[in-house]
Parts: sequence; structure tokens; C-alpha cells
Amino acid sequence: MTTLEKLQNNRNALGMMFMLPAALLLVLFLTYPLGLGVWLGFTDTKVGRDGVWIGLENYEFLWGDAVTRLALFNTLFYTFVASVFKFVLGLWLALLLNRNIRFKTFFRAVILLPYIVPTALSAIAFWWLYDAQFSIISWVLVKMGLIDRYIDFLGEPWNARLSVIAANIWRGVPFVAITLLAGLQTISPSYYEASAIDGATRWQQFRHVTLPLLTPIIAVVMTFSVLFTFTDFQLIYVITRGGPLNATHLMATLSYQRAISGGALGEGAAISIAMVPFLLAAIMFSYFGLQRRAWQQGGQDK
Amino acid sequence: MSEFNRRRFLEGSAGVAATATLAGSALFSPLANAQTLALKPEKGATLRVLRWSRFVQGDIDAYMVNVKKFTEKTGIPVRVDNEGWEDVRPKAAVAANTGAGPDIILSTNDDANLYPDKLLDVTDLAEYLGKKYGGWYPAGQAFLKQDGKRWIGLPLGAAGAMMVYRESMVKAVGFDSFPKTTDDFLKMMKALQAKGTPGGMALGNATGDSLWCNWLIWSFGGKLVDTNNKVVIDSPETQKALEYGKELYATFIPGTLSWLDPNNNKAFLDGQISVTNNGISIYVAAKNSTDPKVKEMAADIQHAVYPIGPVGMSTESTIFFNQMIMKYTKYPQAAKEFLRFMMEQEQFGPWLTGAQAYVATPLDGYSKLPIWTSDPKNTPYRDAVKNMRPTGYAGKLGYASAGATADFIVVNMVAEAISGSKTPKEAMERAQKRAERYYKV
Repeated sequence: MTTLEKLQNNRNALGMMFMLPAALLLVLFLTYPLGLGVWLGFTDTKVGRDGVWIGLENYEFLWGDAVTRLALFNTLFYTFVASVFKFVLGLWLALLLNRNIRFKTFFRAVILLPYIVPTALSAIAFWWLYDAQFSIISWVLVKMGLIDRYIDFLGEPWNARLSVIAANIWRGVPFVAITLLAGLQTISPSYYEASAIDGATRWQQFRHVTLPLLTPIIAVVMTFSVLFTFTDFQLIYVITRGGPLNATHLMATLSYQRAISGGALGEGAAISIAMVPFLLAAIMFSYFGLQRRAWQQGGQDK
Repeated sequence: MSEFNRRRFLEGSAGVAATATLAGSALFSPLANAQTLALKPEKGATLRVLRWSRFVQGDIDAYMVNVKKFTEKTGIPVRVDNEGWEDVRPKAAVAANTGAGPDIILSTNDDANLYPDKLLDVTDLAEYLGKKYGGWYPAGQAFLKQDGKRWIGLPLGAAGAMMVYRESMVKAVGFDSFPKTTDDFLKMMKALQAKGTPGGMALGNATGDSLWCNWLIWSFGGKLVDTNNKVVIDSPETQKALEYGKELYATFIPGTLSWLDPNNNKAFLDGQISVTNNGISIYVAAKNSTDPKVKEMAADIQHAVYPIGPVGMSTESTIFFNQMIMKYTKYPQAAKEFLRFMMEQEQFGPWLTGAQAYVATPLDGYSKLPIWTSDPKNTPYRDAVKNMRPTGYAGKLGYASAGATADFIVVNMVAEAISGSKTPKEAMERAQKRAERYYKV
């Protein structure tokens, strides 16, 4: 046998060979950029100038930087509030769509629209909705006589935070809803029939049949949702650019502002890398917290 | 022309033939000048130009006409790519970093100061043009004449920002002309607000329109850094500026804290504000509008230079435009020839005219073009480069100034202080701290 034939007959070697293209892609487009980002975070690289290793200096700098701290707070707040709402609304919507309603397929398709529209476009729409002078929301409320001056949606820090969160929720709900709907449809109707025979109420059915069986899907979809929200960029960049007074700056937008507009690539990379622990924590939480078998099968934690 | 410069030209020139044409009046005919500079475009040269994209269509049209003329004359094909002006910075940076990309980049503000070593020295060209067209304004030199000696790029101009106002509304509160001083300006703004026709200027993270915050600070003698790059923003002068700003802010239309670059244009054209700061784009948009009501407004729109504060001189802040030749270009001579060609009056004049006064001249000689006076409303924009200071005033430009500007340190300080969310003292201290991190003390 030639070496090639030997190789072809070796299960392990063959397996490696088949995995090679995928591994190459991952290394090239995932590991390398991530590694480069980590490296840049430890240097003082600027655009147009190579940097030198400065250890943790970037991180020390950022730790003492009020704007970065504010951005971290904004990001956590943004992610937490938006994710909770997206989950509750998404689950609610999924449950509704799972019933036998008229035009079921039509509604299921329509619900996806916010998710299909490019974020940059929907962000511009929200920007108009929240405009200090042209907001249709303010206009309607004024015409109805409910308020006497336009709401300063984006000019007041807390208003601005909540406004961009609302925009993010609008955009994110369909993803959660459709995915959970898919999960709901995998639950066999026989469970519901059985529980109905046992006299379970709707709430009990939801609590003891739907929820446990849906948990794996919830874990996956919410992990993704949290990751997307935490790393959001477009919405903020279009609607506020991080303003007013940096009240809506997220880690991602601040990283861009520092690295690209400001030219401090090293520092910008450090901000991005500082997001990684939080993202890992979110993944770990969903992995270990929500995917426990016992709980999924309706048992109790030991 | 001084001996010194003549020698410089000679040093830069490779051709012997050039020496013959150097002397005398022949210098002032364009053809002879090309020879004087001894720009010999490389055989088979092609050029790629990356430029910020239009604010008014006439700019790009006139630019492309000139590009076509250049290709016809020299046989050098030129590809021009357009990008939104804020997207040019990262692209230019990547090009500078990797040593590949466009040969010529038209960039903004202190871009050239971020990677001066990656740019082709154009001292001979800059001096030639300066001599021929009445000299470069100081702001252009501050941006591009490295250490006051070596030109790392050519100024292209500035997107002049001026006071834009409704003449009828300003007259209605008793001002026959736009106020020349900050004191009168405040009086007028108060009167306008009382009359229900307030003004407004952007205080959000707007890269262009929030530059008026620099004007505010500089008018009262405040500045981010001194000439040694020492941060001095926490000062009695800044305090005065912020206290003045507080009174000014009280006259603004609500919502300016959230304003980005387009907001004041929209509000102005909708008739909601009487005064703002902007490029000439509001007027051009009104003039070219298909809506008869908006078109009518154009006649009522007037422009004025910024009022002058206690420092007693113009302290304007606008977006500056550079022309950079990247050092990695394979055709440096062709690239220089291209810039020379574009800056000569046969081309630059029609281009400035096509841009409808959106771009202010960097060379004093071009301030006499008819475009600045044919419509008197254009006149204030003529002097935008003449009256401006770089955003890193009064220090040296580079990473620190670019970083501090991009981080909106001054804008945030002004917004915090004048909206009342912080006291002027607190806002100044915060800005001082933030700026010191960039200017590493």
C-alpha cells in the first residue's frame, strides 16, 4: 500500500483531513482576528503606526476612565433590560402564534419583518420617531392634548437610554418569538392531552409541560439574544452616536470611536476584549444554568 | 521667488531640462510651471483617488470634469472612489498602515498628522502653489506644514461653517445686521427666543456641527492645550465661556442635546429655528428645493461669520480638507502632477464654483474668484479657512488631538455645563482629566 492509501484507510487521519477545511476557516477568520485583537489590546498601536507591548496599561487606563465605565454600565443595563423584555414578549408572541388562529402563516411571516429590515434602515426610522422636532409620537400626543411640549427622547440621558432600548426590543423580539415558536411545535400534543385528562389548568400546563420542554431552546435563543444585544452597534451609531453626554455609548460604539475615529487602535481593541469576559459569562450561565437535565425533565435540583 | 525655493525645486527635480525654464516670467504660465517643478509622470502610470463624498452634487461633477481633463491631457487614467467623509478616515488609516490602496487620499482634519511618515513630501509643490496663488492660510499650514518646514500634504479647503439665519426674523427683533460680538449675539438670541423664533445649535456627538463648541471656548480665550501640548482647559477663560454658553443654551429650541449633524438642517428648513451654525448646504438645499415654500425661504436665508468674543479675533472651527499622496504610491510624480493640475486656477476655480461655495479656499489668491461675490450670501464662506483654527489649538496636531476631538471632550464639556447637568467647574475638571489622558502628562 502506498502512503496515500494507508492514509485513506486510517480513520483518524481521514477524519483530520475532512476537518481540515473547517479548521482552516476557523483559524483564519475567527482565531486569528481574535488573537490579533487580544494582542492589540496589550499594545499602544495607533492607526498608521505600529505599537509596542505595554502590558496592561490600556486596561488600567480604561479602568480609570469615566466614559468607559459609563459605557460598561450602559451596556449591561441595555443588555439586561432589552433581553428581559425580548424574552417575555417573544415567549408571549410565540405562545399566541402557536394557537390555531386564522391566517396563522401570514402572521408568522409578518412577525419576522422587523428582523428582516436592515438594522441601519430601521434605526433611521426610529431616529425620526425620536426626533426632537419631528417626532410623530410627540406630535400625536400634542395633538391629542396629552402633552404640551415635545418629548426630548434623545436629549435627556435616561430618556435616550430607554428609547434606544425600545428600538432594540422592537428589532429583537421576532428572532426570539420565531425560534421559540419552532420549539413549541416540537412539543408533542400528547403531553397536553395527558395533562388535560389529569385536570391540569392552562397555567399548570404551561408551567409543567411547556416551560420545561422549552428550556433548552430558551437557553440557546437567549444566549444568542444576549450576545447580539451586548455587542449592538448599528442602532446606537445611527440614532445617537453614543450621545447625549455619552449616555448611550455601548462598549462596541466606544471601541469604534476610540479605535477608528480617534486612531487609538490598541485602546479600542482593549475595550472590545474587555467585553469578552461578559460574553463568556453569559454563555456559561446559559450552559450550566439552564441546561440542567433534571430541571428540564421536570425534576427538582438536588 | 527666493533663491532658497529655487534651489529646493532643483533639488527635487530630476531633469536637467528643468533648469532652463526655471528663470523669469515663464514661471507664471501653467505649462512652464509644470516643467519648473520637473514633474515627470511615470510611464504607464495610473492613479487611484479616494475622496470624501459630496455635500453638494456640483462639487463631484466639477471634480470629475477636471479629472477627465487631466486624463485627456496626460493619458494617465484616474479612478476616483467616493466615501462618506467620516468613512475616509478608517480607510485612509488602513491604507497608510498596510501600505496599499489609493495613491491619493482627500481626507479631513488632522488625518495627515496621524501618519506623517507614510505621506509623500510635497514641499516643492506646496511652495510652488503658495507662491503662485497668494499664499496658504495659516490654518492650512498648521495642519500640513510639519514642524513649520515640511509639507506632508496640500490643503484643499474647508467645509466652512458659518452662522445661518433668517433675515426677516432677525430684523423682527431689531437687528439690522447679524451681531458682530458675542455680547450682541446673546442679546439677539434672547430676543429671538422671547419672540417665539428661537435658534439652536447641535450639542450631540455631531462631528461637524458641534464644532461651534470650539468657537465658544476660544472666543473667551479658553483652549484645550497650550503650545506645549499641556492641557489647560480648566481655566477662568473656559469658565467664562461656559457661563456665557449657559445663557445661550437657555435661548435654544428644546432638544439640541440630541442633535447630530442633520438635525439643524431639518429644523431650519422646516422653519422651526431662526439661527444655527452650518455649512452652506441649508441655503443650497432651499435654493434647489422643489417645494415652493422652501424655495421661497432661500431669499430670507442669510449667512454671517461667527461673532467675535472678548479675545477680539475670529476663532472659528470647521472641518478641514487635506490632499495626501501616500508614500507607497508607485507613481509619485504622476500623483503630484495630478494635485498640481487640480489646484491650478483653470481647474480649481471651476471646482470651487461647482461646489457652490461649500468648500472655502485654502489659498488667498482664490478669494478673488467671482463665486464669492456673485451671490453675496456666499461671501462669509469665503474666509472659512482664513478664520479657522485647527481643533487641536493651540498645541501640536497628532494622535492626541485626533483622539481628544474624536472623543468629543470639548463638546461633552460644553454640553454638560451649559445644559446644567454639571456645574461649569465640574465639567471643566472632567474635560481636563479626560484630555490629560490623551496628552499623557
